[in-house]
Amino acid sequence: MSFDSSFLETFFGLYNDWIVVALMMCGFFIVIADGNLIKKVVGLTLFQTSVFILYISMAKILGASAPIAAEGIESYSNPLPHVLILTAIVVSISTTAVALALIIRIKKAYHTVEEDEIQRWDVRIHRSDKRAKVR
Amino acid sequence: MLSGIYGLLSATLFVVLDAVDVAFTEAAVGAGISTLLMLTTLSITGRYEIQRPKIQSQIALVLTTITGALLIYGTLDMPYFGSTDSPANAHVADYYLSNALGQTGVPNFVTAVLASYRGYDTFGELVVIFTAGVSVLALLGTVSDKTMSDDHQPMHQHLILRVTSKMLIPVIMVFGLYVQFHGDFGPGGGFQAGVIFAAAIILYCMLFGLGVAKEVISLGMVRFCAALGVLLYGAVGVVSMLKGEAFLNYSVLASDALVGQHIGIIVIELGVGITVAAVMISVFFTFTGSAEEDDSAFDASSPSDATESNSKQVSQ
Repeated sequence: MSFDSSFLETFFGLYNDWIVVALMMCGFFIVIADGNLIKKVVGLTLFQTSVFILYISMAKILGASAPIAAEGIESYSNPLPHVLILTAIVVSISTTAVALALIIRIKKAYHTVEEDEIQRWDVRIHRSDKRAKVR
Repeated sequence: MLSGIYGLLSATLFVVLDAVDVAFTEAAVGAGISTLLMLTTLSITGRYEIQRPKIQSQIALVLTTITGALLIYGTLDMPYFGSTDSPANAHVADYYLSNALGQTGVPNFVTAVLASYRGYDTFGELVVIFTAGVSVLALLGTVSDKTMSDDHQPMHQHLILRVTSKMLIPVIMVFGLYVQFHGDFGPGGGFQAGVIFAAAIILYCMLFGLGVAKEVISLGMVRFCAALGVLLYGAVGVVSMLKGEAFLNYSVLASDALVGQHIGIIVIELGVGITVAAVMISVFFTFTGSAEEDDSAFDASSPSDATESNSKQVSQ
């Protein structure tokens, strides 16, 4: 019984971190298991969101209110992580846009967005270059 | 679609966790613009992928399970959720909460920290966004300028959508301005306002076609605005330097320190808003530009469809 209650206490104390870890691992799995570049970007986005949630859940204080000064409120949640994540979200959408633009360029050059096919093309081009030099 | 729902859900989660400003941004970015960019890219690259051997994903599964287990073991030392005395909430946050109102005169702590205390940081983020916009233009922007067909209207048959959006777009823009200038007092600020403003233009562009949208807002002007916002931000810093104080110290901008802070925060938030909106619009324009280029082959075969549905609209 004592084990049970201590376990429950840990669970309810840390479940936010565990959710973040689960989400993060989902993103990580997509990034390493899939060769499709778009899916890799989706995985990275998932990973990023999990980091956002980690920061925001750290800033939360139970019983506190949103960090906007008002009369009659004594405790506020921590505003600093909010600031960091606020800018991080907008930066993440811009970097995602750059990644997607790169993918579009790759699609135009290689006619595929699969990682292994791109590598195969690269090897082939490399070999034909070598052959041309030998001649 | 799913990614849009995901964005909206995480925005709701942030509201529950007291992060209203963050929720605002996530709702506009996650549910709106990132979904759109993803769909545009998918329409260019195609939606099918090749089958891969199972073994690769099995190895990945084992790896992620091990990493996840290690991370969870690591969290056992973390402070519990919502506790007041956790290290993250102890040091500088207390200083902000007790001094921000007196030193900057801005009730929204997030805006005060973002624009005043961490002005350097925000300036850096803005430059990152600007650079991202420039690199998207460098990667895709060179080809898409000439090939625009003026009469390409993707949603010409959806009369209801077009009429409703015509009524909604001005409201969205006014709301964007409200978020921009009310950011000192309530949730909001330059980042959110920029994204909302860009969303209004993107909506217009989706319904009436890129050619029409470019007549309203030319790409050259958007590029100019993207640079203008960063310049505005930097100029505030230089002015405060010329007045004999540190870079981005707004207290010297007016005779009264609080008034100076207020002016500084409003101006730099304006700079942030302009750059974010311009970068988002230019990114979307370039993406749709390269998408339309791809299916211009399809367009050639379907002008008869377009005229038919146009005449239907007239008869209705």
